[in-house]
Amino acid sequence: MSVSHAFPRFAMPEGLGDALTAALGDQLIQIRECVGEYALHVRRDAIVEVVTILRDQLAYQQLMEIAGVDYPDRAERFEVVYCLLSLTRNHRIRVHVATDEATPVPSVTGVWPVAGWLEREVYDMYGVLFDGNPDLRRILTDYGFKGHPQRKDFPLTGYVELRYSERDKRVVYEPVKLAQDFRSFDFMSPWEGADYILPGDEKASATQPGAPTPAPAQTAPEPVKGEAPPATPKTTESPAQTGEGKADPKGDGAK
Amino acid sequence: MASAYEALTPDKPTVGDVEIQNYTINFGPQHPAAHGVLRMVMELDGEIVERVDPHVGLLHRGTEKLIEYKTYLQALPYFDRLDYCSPLAMEHSYVLAIEKLLQIEVPIRAQYLRVFFAELTRICNHMLNLGAHVMDVGAMTPNLWLFEVREDCLNFFERMSGARMHHAYLRPGGVHQDVPLKLLTDIGDWLDTRLPRLFEDAISLVADNRIFKQRNVDIGVVSRDEAIAWGFSGPMIRAAGVPWDIRKSQPYDVYDRMDFEIPVGTKGDCYDRFMVRVEEVRQSARIMKQCLSEMPEGPIASSDRKVVPPKRGEMKRSMEALIHHFKLYTEGFHVPAGDVYVATESPKGEFGVYLVSDGSNKPYRCKIRPTAFSHLQAMDFMMKGHMLADTTAILSAIDVVFGECDR
Repeated sequence: MSVSHAFPRFAMPEGLGDALTAALGDQLIQIRECVGEYALHVRRDAIVEVVTILRDQLAYQQLMEIAGVDYPDRAERFEVVYCLLSLTRNHRIRVHVATDEATPVPSVTGVWPVAGWLEREVYDMYGVLFDGNPDLRRILTDYGFKGHPQRKDFPLTGYVELRYSERDKRVVYEPVKLAQDFRSFDFMSPWEGADYILPGDEKASATQPGAPTPAPAQTAPEPVKGEAPPATPKTTESPAQTGEGKADPKGDGAK
Repeated sequence: MASAYEALTPDKPTVGDVEIQNYTINFGPQHPAAHGVLRMVMELDGEIVERVDPHVGLLHRGTEKLIEYKTYLQALPYFDRLDYCSPLAMEHSYVLAIEKLLQIEVPIRAQYLRVFFAELTRICNHMLNLGAHVMDVGAMTPNLWLFEVREDCLNFFERMSGARMHHAYLRPGGVHQDVPLKLLTDIGDWLDTRLPRLFEDAISLVADNRIFKQRNVDIGVVSRDEAIAWGFSGPMIRAAGVPWDIRKSQPYDVYDRMDFEIPVGTKGDCYDRFMVRVEEVRQSARIMKQCLSEMPEGPIASSDRKVVPPKRGEMKRSMEALIHHFKLYTEGFHVPAGDVYVATESPKGEFGVYLVSDGSNKPYRCKIRPTAFSHLQAMDFMMKGHMLADTTAILSAIDVVFGECDR
C-alpha cells in the first residue's frame, strides 16, 4: 500500500524568496512560509505598488480572492489577504495587509477590475474601507443591514430576525428572540491548558471565602399549628361506608 | 425631397410625441432564467442593454460565520450546501485544505475514489448546466434528455453515500466509506452504454443547430486578457483560450496519473463555453474509466487515529479505539496553527478555501472563494451592447449557482 499527500501540488520556484525581497525592498515587512505557501506581509500604503510589481515583474497575473480576517487582539485588528495566481509560472502567493476599522486600504481595482466586488465583500463583512474603490456598497447582506457580520464580536445569531407580517402585508424586522439560549460548548480539554478556572478549583485557594456557615439545626421541631387531628380516625368497616353503588341483582351487568 | 423628409422626421420630438429615454428594469430576483435568486438592475436603451448591476446575496446564509462555530468535521456538510449542483467538488477543496495543514497522507484508493466521484459530479453538474443553457435559449428536448443522465448520476451518488445531493462523503484523510463493487461495475457499464447514447443524442440536437448558434455565437465575447484580469477560471477562462486547468497544472489526489485533454475555446463566446463543457463531459468519462481500471484495493481512509475515527467493529473491541472514537466525535481533531489557500477545479471553475487555523478544533476563519462571484461581476461588461434576450444565454454560460455565490 502506498500513500501520499493529496492536496494540490505545485513546484516552488527556485530563489523565489530572494527575488521577492529584491523586488519589493522595504515595502515588505516579512515573508512567511506555511506548509509550502508563501505569505508576504507588506506595508498597507504600498499595497498597490506591491501587487503591480507582482503582476508585471513576477508574473502573478490573476487575483483570485481577497479575504478578510479579524484578529481582535491586535492593534490593527483586520488582515486583508490577497490570493494571487501565476498562470505562467504555475504558482500561488498571498499578500497580507493589516488595518483597523478607520484606516482605509488603497484599492487595487486599478490593477485588477475583479477587485471591485471582492473589496465590497470585505467591506460588507468586516467594515474595512477601501480607498479608491468606485462602488463601495454592501454586497452580500440585506439592503439596510447594520453591522459587519464576520467580525468576531458580531454574534452568530445576529441582532434582528425577519418575518412576514400578515397585518402589514410585508416582511418586518424584529429583534432576535431565541426560544433557547445559544449554546456554546467548551470542547477544550481541561488537561491541555484551558485558560479559565475549572468548576470547583476556586475552593483550592485559602483567600477565597467559602460559603456562609449554615445555621445550627433546632433541637426540637415546633409543633405545626392548625387544625387538631380528629378524635376518631377515619376507618372503613362495612361495604356501605365505601360509597360503592348497589350490586347488580342479576349479576350479568346487562340492563 | 430632403427637406420634406427632414420635416417628417424631426430631430426633436414635436408636441405630442413621447421622448424615449433609457429605462431601468429589474431582472429577477425571481426569474426562471436567473438560475436562482439574482436581481439584476438593467438599464436599457430600447432592447439594448446599457448597464447591468447584479445584486447578489439574496441567498446569503452566513456559511463562513457558521463554520467558525463548528468543529472541522461538523463544518463539512455546509460545503454540500454551497454549490448544490456539484456538492462533492465543494467538499474536495475543504478536505484538501485541512489535509494540507495537517500534512496527513491519504491512501491511494481513497484518492481514486475522490477523483472518480469528483468527475461524476462534473458530469452531473454539466448535465444541469448544458440542459438549462439550451432551455434558456429556447430548446426544450435536450434538457429533458440530459436530466435523464443527471438522474442516473444522482442514483449512483445515493448508492455511494446514501444521499442524492448532500453527500458529506469526503473526510479529512480519505472518504467516509468504501463503495460496493457492484456500484463501480454499474457505473462502468453506464459510462460505456447509457451516458454516450443519451448525452451525444441530446448534444447532437443543439451543437450544430442553426438557432442555437444564432443565440450563442459571438454573444458575450471575453478576450484572453479580459478573462485573466477579471479573475475568470474553469470553463470561462478555457473558452477564452487559456489552457488552464488546476487538475492538470496543480494536480491533487491522483489527477497526475490520469490521461485527459483540456478543451480550449477560440473566440471566448457563449458557444465556446458551451462546447468546452460538452467536451469536459467526455473527458470526465475518460478519467472515470481510467480510475475504474487502475483503482487498487486497500484502505479508504488514513490510519492516523488522531484524525480519522476507527471502524465501528474495531471501536467495539478495543479500548484505545473507543477513546479515539469518543474524542473525535465530541472534541474533534485539532489542526496545527497556520493558514493555507487551497483551490480545486470544480465544475464551475476555481473553488478555493482560505483556511486559517489557530491550533484549536474549530476553524478560525474559513473564506470560501466562489467561482460565480468573479464571473457575475463581469456581467456588466459582457452584457454591454447586447440585446435583453441575450442575458439568459450569457447567464447560463457563466454557470452560476447562488448557493455558492452568496454562501
